[in-house]
Amino acid sequence: MTVDTGDVSVKTKNMSNLIYKYMRPEHLPQIWCPGCGNGIIMRDIAQAIENLGLSRNSTVIVSGIGCSARAAGYMDFNTIHTTHGRAIAFATGIKLANPSLEVIVVTGDGDISAIGGNHLIHAARRNIGLTVVVMNNNIYGMTGGQYSPTTPTGAFGTTAPYGNLDRSFDIAGLAYGAGASYAARGSAYHVQQTTTLIQEGIKHRGFSIIDVASICPTYYGRKNKKGSAVDMLKWQRDNSVTVDQAAKMSQEELKGKLVIGLLHQVNYPEFTYAYDQLIRRLFEEREENE
Amino acid sequence: MKKVLMINQSWCKGCGICAAFCPKGALEIVDDKVQRKEGTECILCGQCELRCPDYAIYIDENEGDTDQWAKSY
Repeated sequence: MTVDTGDVSVKTKNMSNLIYKYMRPEHLPQIWCPGCGNGIIMRDIAQAIENLGLSRNSTVIVSGIGCSARAAGYMDFNTIHTTHGRAIAFATGIKLANPSLEVIVVTGDGDISAIGGNHLIHAARRNIGLTVVVMNNNIYGMTGGQYSPTTPTGAFGTTAPYGNLDRSFDIAGLAYGAGASYAARGSAYHVQQTTTLIQEGIKHRGFSIIDVASICPTYYGRKNKKGSAVDMLKWQRDNSVTVDQAAKMSQEELKGKLVIGLLHQVNYPEFTYAYDQLIRRLFEEREENE
Repeated sequence: MKKVLMINQSWCKGCGICAAFCPKGALEIVDDKVQRKEGTECILCGQCELRCPDYAIYIDENEGDTDQWAKSY
């Protein structure tokens, strides 16, 4: 550890207060590749929790399988690392068992839109009060760069050596179409904006999804000649448009752009609240009958 | 309370994100590790801390010694 000034002062903790408070330092540094965007997004989540002042005991982090899912091991909350694609299913159980808990699902694009696609749309339809943060790197990084449902058409992967034929999923749009009451998109580059979006998503009562564009320099970047991690972050900086700007642009102009910001927010009854109301109503009816 | 720039080289993987987005060009990567560049000025803006995926660089509040000021570097 070095200090910026001439004389080196010795400190026992060699990390920022935020990391010291919300991460498990014995597991750091993470196994993620150099320049991986997941670390930036994990910090965004910790910062959002810090800004909201949530207690570590009443916050649950649930993750599935994949690069992104490692986050549950690094974050010092009540965490659970579940089976592939089923993070939302586990989170639904936790939320219903104790609705006062703040349940945050940290997941990847393949985990949530391919293997767990059904769980995503039905949790969104139910409007259950989970916050889902998607670390969307457009590829299956952990298993070696196979194309995922969010790999753009024509992009390359180890299983798409001549270019991907399928059209890509817009995860935020998919969840919003399925009934999610809060859908937003952030990016690894736009740290403060993404932190705010996650923060608002946690505060929102209902199913909130924040689709965060991550970067995968090792597989997606290398297969598609996107350059280094720095080049990929610069791409995000130069090709992002806000929702307000996007409203003024034509479809042609929006091609290849990343629309970031709050895409959609409505309010309708949250599932655990509606469930509680149902139980109360039935109890009252039974008492009246007796 | 004075702020100082802290670097934890054992966590640094040398991706170069901090150096690329430093508005003052005050960081450089040498042998896959980040370090302060000689003769440059750090304004303690914290852009490096926001984007470091490995939490290896950060701004810390340093109590006491007022001489420990990044600009003196």
